[in-house]
Amino acid sequence: MMIVAAARALRGVRVCFVGIGLPSTAANLARATDNPDLVLVYESGTIGAKPTRLPLSIGDGELADTADTVVSVPEIFNYWLQGGRIEVGFLGAAQMDRFANLNSTVVGDYDHPSVRLPGAGGAPEIAGSCGEVIVLIRQSRRTFVETLDFRSTVGYGGGPDDRARLGLTGRGPSLVITDLGLLRPDPDTRELTMVSLHPGVTFEDARAATPWELKVAPGLEVTEPPSAHELAELRALLATQGQDGRRG
Amino acid sequence: MVVAEIQSLAQAVSLLVHDGDCVALEGFTHLIPVAAGQEIIRQRRRELTLVRLTPDIVFDQMIGMGCARKVIFGWGGNPGVGSLHRFRDAIEHGWPHPIEIEEHSHAGLANRFAAAASGLPFAVLRGYFGTGLMGRLDTVRPVTCPFTGESLAAVAALHPDVTIIHAQQADRDGNVLMWGITGVNKEAVLAATRVLVTVEEIVDELKPPAGGVVLPSWVVDSVATAPGGTYPSYTAGYSVRDNAEYLRWDAISRDRDAFVAWIEEHVMRGSAVPA
Repeated sequence: MMIVAAARALRGVRVCFVGIGLPSTAANLARATDNPDLVLVYESGTIGAKPTRLPLSIGDGELADTADTVVSVPEIFNYWLQGGRIEVGFLGAAQMDRFANLNSTVVGDYDHPSVRLPGAGGAPEIAGSCGEVIVLIRQSRRTFVETLDFRSTVGYGGGPDDRARLGLTGRGPSLVITDLGLLRPDPDTRELTMVSLHPGVTFEDARAATPWELKVAPGLEVTEPPSAHELAELRALLATQGQDGRRG
Repeated sequence: MVVAEIQSLAQAVSLLVHDGDCVALEGFTHLIPVAAGQEIIRQRRRELTLVRLTPDIVFDQMIGMGCARKVIFGWGGNPGVGSLHRFRDAIEHGWPHPIEIEEHSHAGLANRFAAAASGLPFAVLRGYFGTGLMGRLDTVRPVTCPFTGESLAAVAALHPDVTIIHAQQADRDGNVLMWGITGVNKEAVLAATRVLVTVEEIVDELKPPAGGVVLPSWVVDSVATAPGGTYPSYTAGYSVRDNAEYLRWDAISRDRDAFVAWIEEHVMRGSAVPA
């Protein structure tokens, strides 16, 4: 459901910046369903990649071989991302707070972490400079937190004025897709608000998975279930994963 | 004009990489100089400051074998798989000894190389503000734009003592050719005091394809052939990324004893590259 919802969010989008995992699967599902002309940009510098198999890493040969062009890493960040040429960026994280700030760095104290996570990588600039950001994250009391252990990536900081104050040029997170439903920032406060629940999920489920008093939008919707077409395309796509594991 | 020496990998590492050096091994997912990293393990270099945007398996091995005093990085994971367990063990439990880390965003670290390559003391980007990294690093400071008054992040130039990269080919004069995803390789080379390039093969004549990057011989100190030297990463035109090996590494690296046994068998007794 998360992948299908993310693919739908790419309807009408021209250029999106993709990380590996769920975002890559979703962006490729969008190409296979509603948005065949979607331009996929990966951090490895591959612009306009058209993979026929799901890559395991952002630098798989499949991405370079099918790209319109391949540029250096400084160039992808400086000219293409910071230059404001990407409409939508996808991010995931280990923790998220109510203003869609993200932690992908540590669980626990930074200097003495209980779990050292990989770190931010390209995420801070994706969050800063993409026209808008879609966050994919499971909704639970482990991932949704009152206070992040570390702020790797800025969503809305502490409220509506922080992005401008910090000099972030993109509009910030416009949609959070979880396994329970969809959240969008409140237009005034920027606090995440539940706008849709996936089929079979109750608001009580979502509230129980959220440590803060979860806001709900008037006219809370039910997410349209995946269509037979979406499911068939998704299955076909997942079946290609790992097919590039042969050594030549 | 001083041109690159064509040497064995063992000679080149012994000549160019010294204990205590700052050593960048680049290659963004593609062209990772794994064979060179393993030669550094075999030669038991110590107290290194290791630099890489994406630490990957080769840094996991070097850190686990105690080569590193400090790691400067952007994203330290096993791509598509999860954690680098040796890297984590060093940070979380100080095994085999504690390491210092200096953590950047990819854009920040890439710009540090670009500044050094450009002969500038720093580079400027929109980044770091509002994140937990700002204020934690003495290589990132706010700077005010003299034209607009905007606040921007300045990142200090990073000059490795040695940069090591892998490329597809070199010619007999030591001119180097790479293609496909070239990451931050050019910037890391031009930022460094000494440069070692491992290549798949030495050819009579370089024929750069579209998008090919040529490094002239006179910016390279040593060229060493290391066919298959990026495994389990890959070299476009020569090999395919072995995703299954990245998955296997997760199990090997989880356990200290299994890791050491693997290194003994695959690295210390010669080459880890399958024949």
